[in-house]
Amino acid sequence: MNGSHQAERTSRKYDVEEVRAQFPALAGKVRGKPLIYLDNGATTQKPKAVIEAIERLYADGYGNVHRGLHELSERTTQAYERARVRIAAFLNARDAREVIFTRGATEAINLVARSFVAPRLEQGDEVLITEMEHHSNIVPWQLVCEEKQAKLVVAPVADDGELDIAVFEALLSDRTRFAAFTHVSNVLGTVNPVGQLVRLCHHRGVPVLVDGAQAAPRLRVDVQEFDADFYALSGHKMYGPTGIGALYGKRDLLAEMPPYQGGGEMILEVKWSGTTFQEPPSRFEAGTPNIEGAIGLAAAVDFLEELGMDAIESHERAVAARGVELLAGMPRVRILGMPHERAGAISFSIEDVHPHDVAAILDGDGIAVRAGHHCAQPLMERFGVPATVRASVGIYNTEREMDALAQGLRKVLEVFP
Amino acid sequence: MDEALRELYQEVILDHYRHPRNFGKLDDEARSVLGNNPLCGDRIEVHVRVRDGRVEAVGFEGTGCAISTASASMMTEAVKGKPIEEALAIAKTFHDMVMEGAPGEELGTLAVFHGVREYPSRIKCATLGWHALRAALEQSQQVVTTEADG
Repeated sequence: MNGSHQAERTSRKYDVEEVRAQFPALAGKVRGKPLIYLDNGATTQKPKAVIEAIERLYADGYGNVHRGLHELSERTTQAYERARVRIAAFLNARDAREVIFTRGATEAINLVARSFVAPRLEQGDEVLITEMEHHSNIVPWQLVCEEKQAKLVVAPVADDGELDIAVFEALLSDRTRFAAFTHVSNVLGTVNPVGQLVRLCHHRGVPVLVDGAQAAPRLRVDVQEFDADFYALSGHKMYGPTGIGALYGKRDLLAEMPPYQGGGEMILEVKWSGTTFQEPPSRFEAGTPNIEGAIGLAAAVDFLEELGMDAIESHERAVAARGVELLAGMPRVRILGMPHERAGAISFSIEDVHPHDVAAILDGDGIAVRAGHHCAQPLMERFGVPATVRASVGIYNTEREMDALAQGLRKVLEVFP
Repeated sequence: MDEALRELYQEVILDHYRHPRNFGKLDDEARSVLGNNPLCGDRIEVHVRVRDGRVEAVGFEGTGCAISTASASMMTEAVKGKPIEEALAIAKTFHDMVMEGAPGEELGTLAVFHGVREYPSRIKCATLGWHALRAALEQSQQVVTTEADG
């Protein structure tokens, strides 16, 4: 498993045009203009390798997994389990059985909230999260805390968009039973010091979930190095298919967790007197899984590793830095948060122009950005804005596209003088 | 800027966005309905005071984009002083114009919103205040959301 991580370090020069050529959608036009896709924080375009992997699965003969004794079922089962091994290697997990396929990062977080955290929570206990979480890493904890009459404690974000580590540490109390935070903020682009935060939590005996939905497509993830207990990722945000994600969980923790949902695949034996369950990961994959999703996600992971996560990170950092530089120099533009280390997202607002109107005018130029609260309403409230515009960079974006974004924004300033 | 976009951001719309008319609360007698667009977080609260079957006074508050603000602002001008039935009829004509593409000539200046049809995600902006108005006149709900749009 370490092999692929080692191999990445000898990355070639990053050729963005070569990367772009792998994405059929980027050749398309929007409103008669070439597409400039800057909504990668919401979802990503798909490379040929992913599209073809899914097509091949259906065209070459497809069977259900872990069931039939016939050739097609065996072949599909092998491909599905190979996908698990690929995701495990991508995250540098010790063992492929530590990877559970889910519908997405949201389901991964809900699974941990239900099967790991809920049974451990008593009245008055605490769960610690941060102010920069996506709704997916807020609401599952609200639900479980409400049910158990536990307290959801929220670590604040400073004006620059960074977590205040000292405050985070101080909020870890004798009643803290679990902590969950994002690796990369989907709004501010802040990269959190995951290893350091995990150490602080573990020092207090608090297990941790890291939301990796925004990080997995753009940073090297090493769950052993971070020592994260759980790590959640989302397929469609990392150039893979929709409806698939993965949960990494430490093997000993998964082993003691009860099932999340009941159904086929996750059982050992069903009797009227009671049912016995499979070992992880099958225990947590009730029903026929998203087979083409898992295989498509593995193809996306292969594609990313071929480019090299370090190369991707430095490419995206350069493009985002260009964007920040241009936007910071524009009148009436205010960038939300200036984190020390940024990955992917740049959120901003323009004085006297609503984000929705900014996005509509940019759309007229074929530039796709997100306008809204980005499923992070508490963070919007913290910065005192109802919504922002977000340009989020992916592996195929260029500095030239940042210039086009700035050009589009000048047009916005003309329409709304 | 292309033609469709120019039509969307006509001067009259930008003017109502910058200087919204009838912006503010009414007295306690007024009926108020909050229009909420969860997609973008826009919230427009419409207040109406009805007397003798007429819209005696109307106002609105909230934050929204140029389209939702201008539409609400122009709506208040269009329905102020009108009998309830007539106000509802204007609302229906406006709805048919932006949703179904009806010509809407009888709407006067409100016909500037005809171009919104080209932008399906903006239709909800244009109808937000109108949904709230209708609920207030029909006394049907206290909060309306654009997600109920057919």
